[in-house]
Amino acid sequence: MTGRVHRFGDNVDTDMIMPARYLGHSRAEQSRHAMEGVDSDFTAKVQPGDVIVAGRNFGCGSARPAHRPLQDAGVSCVIAASFANLFMRNAVNEGLPILRCPEAARELREGDLVEVDHEGGIIRCPATGRVYQAEMFPEFIRQIIRSGGLIPYAREKVKQRVQEREEK
Amino acid sequence: MGMTISEKILAAHSGRDAVEPGECINATFDMVIVQDLSLLMAKEPFEQIFDGLGESSVFDPEKVVVTFEHEAPAPTVLAATNQKWGRQWARRHGITNMLEIGRHGIQHMVSNEQGFVLPGDLFVANGSHTCTDGAVGAFAVGVGAASLAVALAIGEVWLEIPETSRFVYRGTLQPWVSAKDLILYTLGQIRTDGALNQVMEFAGETVRALPMSGRFTLCNMAKEAGAVTGIIEPDALTEAYVRPRARRAHRTLSSDSDARYRAIHEYDVSALGPQVACPFSPDNVKPVEAVAGVPIDQVFIGSCTNSRVDDLRVAVEVIGSRKVHRDVRLIVIPGSQYVYLEALREGVIERLVEAGATIGAPGCGPCPGLHTGVLGEGERCVSTSNRNFPGRMGHRTAEVYLASPATAAASAVLGRLADPREMMGR
Repeated sequence: MTGRVHRFGDNVDTDMIMPARYLGHSRAEQSRHAMEGVDSDFTAKVQPGDVIVAGRNFGCGSARPAHRPLQDAGVSCVIAASFANLFMRNAVNEGLPILRCPEAARELREGDLVEVDHEGGIIRCPATGRVYQAEMFPEFIRQIIRSGGLIPYAREKVKQRVQEREEK
Repeated sequence: MGMTISEKILAAHSGRDAVEPGECINATFDMVIVQDLSLLMAKEPFEQIFDGLGESSVFDPEKVVVTFEHEAPAPTVLAATNQKWGRQWARRHGITNMLEIGRHGIQHMVSNEQGFVLPGDLFVANGSHTCTDGAVGAFAVGVGAASLAVALAIGEVWLEIPETSRFVYRGTLQPWVSAKDLILYTLGQIRTDGALNQVMEFAGETVRALPMSGRFTLCNMAKEAGAVTGIIEPDALTEAYVRPRARRAHRTLSSDSDARYRAIHEYDVSALGPQVACPFSPDNVKPVEAVAGVPIDQVFIGSCTNSRVDDLRVAVEVIGSRKVHRDVRLIVIPGSQYVYLEALREGVIERLVEAGATIGAPGCGPCPGLHTGVLGEGERCVSTSNRNFPGRMGHRTAEVYLASPATAAASAVLGRLADPREMMGR
């Protein structure tokens, strides 16, 4: 994936990414307000494939699915120096690629064009010639990511349950 | 190598003898609790799991609790419509523990008040402050929407075993200094990612001397340091709290003396004064003296951090026979119907109303910025809640100062940020 960088600072919290007042609304409505709490022009600027680059503790705060408005607004991945635990879980479970890479988070600039290999965790910035390697998740988590999130695993379990019941 | 209490709980729930930090497990859990908005956000993944499979059922309706908190009772047609769906969902899936409006409360309060979470449990909810329930010695973990949907559907949750850091507090707290000041002070020291992806295990004589209400407050804000959860090893006080509430057997566990910790933080808090987290982060913490005098528009006493009976009692004690300042509104919201009734019976509610407070229906109130006291542009609020990021309680320019119930009550009376000790003559 190739996209332009939108830079944010440390501790971007879920109220900035997905303000609580839209929690009861449809996903379409929620995506129109992505990042509204920190940049009210974000959804006007963001193009499909674009990348969010942020500092430490991205997605801190609430357990809400703050990755959804980013996904729906066209963000292809988030690169950060670190992620809050719940944002990481949410993104992994529902298929928004996230890369933990303090170096890239520090060096990439607003508007940089970057090429990102999600599975390999490789971030290329052709303008500077820099290549970054993101930290890899444990194999267990990479398996969830490769499966496209957590739902396929649960579906298999439910199928087994249905099958066992029918055999009885 | 020994294990921490958290590692023991996670091992027991994943069919292992031992677990180590960094390992990932699929675990079973004892109970899961959902609330109006978390259930709504799990709707889509829950439906995806069962799409086309010819069935749709909760793995075990007895292990699911439904409550209403974020928008309780519904303030808008949209919320009412969403909650109508939630009630239908609960009935369709045979959830008997549905705490309808009137029996409801904040999920992180009804969970322990009604004995749904017990020592030794793995307890799951879609709510970042699920960590609150670590105060009973459970591994109480907040998960997101998809994990909640999977937990409801198949009774499993995946977890990466976190490292644990131990926070040991020594010394007797000064008058008008409480668990809230302890955790705010800690946040000021370690910052918002100081325990990122870790468990905060709270220990030491100061913690042992805290009432259960204070222990819930302490664990509640572990999330504000980035922790996966907070936990306190159970003792006689825990047992006295849970025994009359428990609906099933439980296991009292503790950490081994040779358990491995990422870090051990020790604090002597015998001289600690009231603390305030200033805008716009829970780690922007200052002693109350440094901010006393800041003019305010509103005081909120409530939220899963500080809306227990003890918190309201302290507020009443500080206010005494005084009145809320004429230029300030004091909004008090008991966290649950249980607290509300207790406070009514004791006369606590009456004294608050006499002083000029307004009382809201149990729930989260204005803390997540949805209703019953949200803040306008540039307004300033002293709040006993847990977050003060921009926009958290309303307009993005509104300023929230996080403080204890004693500090909040003193501020309501004096109409400015105030040190409870100055009012109480100490």
